[in-house]
Amino acid sequence: KKFPEDLEHEAISIMREAAAQFERPAILFSGGKDSITLVRLAEKAFYPGKIPFPLIHIDTGHNFPETIEFRDWLVKKINIELIVGYVQEDIDAGRATEEKGKYASRNTLQTTTLLRIIEENKLDACLGGARRDEEKARAKERIFSVRDEFGQWDAKNQRPELFDYLNGRIKPGENVRVFPISNWTELDVWNYIREEELAIPSIYFAHEREVIERDNVLWPVSDFIYRDANEVVVKKKVRFRTVGDMSCTAALPSEADKLDTVIDEILASVISERGTRLDDKRAEAAMELRKVSGYF
Amino acid sequence: MEVLRISTAGSVDDGKSTLIGRLLYETNSITVDKLEAIERASQRKGIGFLDLSLLTDGLIAEREQGITIDVAHIYFHTRNRKFIITDAPGHVEYTRNMITGASKADVSIILIDARKGVLEQTHRHYFISNLLRISKVIVCVNKMDLVGFEEGPFREIEKTFLDFAKEIQSSGPASAEAGSAPARQDITVMPVSSLLGDNITRKSESMAWFKGEPLLAILESIQVNTDLDRKPVRFPVQYVIRPRNESHHDFRGYAGRMLSGRLRVGDEVIVQPSGRKSKVSRISFFDKELQEATAKESVVVELADNVDVSRGDWLVPVDQSAALRTELEANICWLNAEPFNAGKVYLLQQGTSISKAKVTQINYVQVPSTLEKTTPTSLKMNDIASVKIKAAKPLLIDNFDENKSNGAFILVDEYSNNTVAVGVAL
Ligand SMILES: Nc1nc2c(ncn2[C@@H]2O[C@H](COP(=O)(O)OP(=O)(O)O)[C@@H](O)[C@H]2O)c(=O)[nH]1
Repeated sequence: KKFPEDLEHEAISIMREAAAQFERPAILFSGGKDSITLVRLAEKAFYPGKIPFPLIHIDTGHNFPETIEFRDWLVKKINIELIVGYVQEDIDAGRATEEKGKYASRNTLQTTTLLRIIEENKLDACLGGARRDEEKARAKERIFSVRDEFGQWDAKNQRPELFDYLNGRIKPGENVRVFPISNWTELDVWNYIREEELAIPSIYFAHEREVIERDNVLWPVSDFIYRDANEVVVKKKVRFRTVGDMSCTAALPSEADKLDTVIDEILASVISERGTRLDDKRAEAAMELRKVSGYF
Repeated sequence: MEVLRISTAGSVDDGKSTLIGRLLYETNSITVDKLEAIERASQRKGIGFLDLSLLTDGLIAEREQGITIDVAHIYFHTRNRKFIITDAPGHVEYTRNMITGASKADVSIILIDARKGVLEQTHRHYFISNLLRISKVIVCVNKMDLVGFEEGPFREIEKTFLDFAKEIQSSGPASAEAGSAPARQDITVMPVSSLLGDNITRKSESMAWFKGEPLLAILESIQVNTDLDRKPVRFPVQYVIRPRNESHHDFRGYAGRMLSGRLRVGDEVIVQPSGRKSKVSRISFFDKELQEATAKESVVVELADNVDVSRGDWLVPVDQSAALRTELEANICWLNAEPFNAGKVYLLQQGTSISKAKVTQINYVQVPSTLEKTTPTSLKMNDIASVKIKAAKPLLIDNFDENKSNGAFILVDEYSNNTVAVGVAL
């Protein structure tokens, strides 16, 4: 077995703490491999009972159709409540403003929608699939991460977490982000998916797709992505390493159409996962700045 | 695959970042884009070389001030082991971060600069490793290239360190009464050069006089948690699963993580603190039925009788229970900026049980670097103290020395909700 079992027991234990310590926790579900892993862990944590959390999907409107199809299939399969927060509603109501230009993305707008959904549904905890190995600001994240009424993260004033003790006590209005797979790496997640034989959206596997090449990166052609007149569309065999918003998720040239070959490619690859996400390249501290302002 | 948790500590400039960077580099754990990001950041800061410390110093404030102020987590793996490093800064004002980082560690790596030898901070780092009963301590005497790779200076540092370690073992935390060295702590002192890679992943050719294994080989072969299964069973109930659906109408399962021991189907158990008795009728992990559960496993336990069990209770075999305690002797570290208030009631969390508690007496505060003891009336952030505690509810807490997995607790402030102290029971 390639997957470190200890991490599964740890994650299940964190999920049970979340269920026990909070009144209305929910799982943030993006349709990506990390949130699919969370759902599997929740199934295991509460079996034979039902998962005591609804799924929350923050829908930018710029999704890969394959991801939405997968989401709806999974929701039906495990019979779980799904709450969708539409970014478009916040744009229409003037609470969020669409970005302009070549690199426009709705990724940062998700924060507004997430905070609205938290408030509307009176959620006191949101379980997310973030991992500390993804990015340097996340390396300092707690497992129970307390956010104020505005969803803000106070990096310098975090509660210490010692041994396996998780302290989820909060004041009214505050809420907690819970990260059960904090200690997993990208490879751990892939090995887990393989060993558990979990279904994942098809865009994780190599397929033919129309892309444009910009800044040495392949961008999936869609209605949501800005394209210069001189940028040419080409057809390539690609796969995606994350399934974020279509406007900020780059494709990788790949021949890997099975889990085994995808994992082999990851092992061989020298670009880390977030290197394919445009949103982090905007500034060196991009991730930390977004976390401070309430991003997940 | 096994997981080994490592905590690292060292004074500024001892080469901790270089050492971690070297381990990552030699195990192919740094990706090209991360290296490039570090290159760009190094250039912006106007330094000519690759500053590997940028790999671990994540937060903006830290990058601006050039110091590490929190605990960072670093991951790498080799063929059959996954490693998690928690890296905390070494200054006295970050004692609490060091304790946080070390609380889950199987191994503690302490760095010493070969030119400077054992410093005040080295004492503190070892004091904490001893307080937390970390079973393996590796002391890396770094920058050996700067002392000509010579055995003499190394042996001198080794002796100074081991002498001080002995002194801490006999008059440091917890041992005054017990009068014994911590059980099963194994100390290795080794000469390395992080910059050149000597004795990190390969044996040093320049130091043929040193016969020990390189650091990575030691990390790969250390046995982890081998004794937990042999301890008495400690199973704190986290959550009660009651599906109340057609197929599982009367199902009542107690979900929790085994802290220690082996719990078997058929075991007569006692529910603590209530004292009710029953028998384990079934143990499961998801849809798999198990004959026994062992330490660190998150399982579901069912009992033969419909006894009252809820979160905060412990399940233990009748012959493995310990005396319940409401009064404790403990060593605590104060973690909060707001000092300890003698009259105040705090919440003590141990296992999944939460009880109101009071610190009734401060026996003494001990300075880790000098072992000097004082008896203040209050505690400030980073103080390590021997205290008496009184809890409102009876606790099934073990002596930390005998069973680490069930001997620690935290204190929470009811008003701010902050975790204000961590303690280990004697
Ligand atoms: N000569 C030599 N220099 C080293 C060695 N290890 C680290 N250094 C240097 O010591 C300085 C401080 O190292 P760094 O890793 O940043 O220390 P930290 O503050 O403990 O993280 C840097 O200039 C390193 O290049 C070593 O083994 N030999």
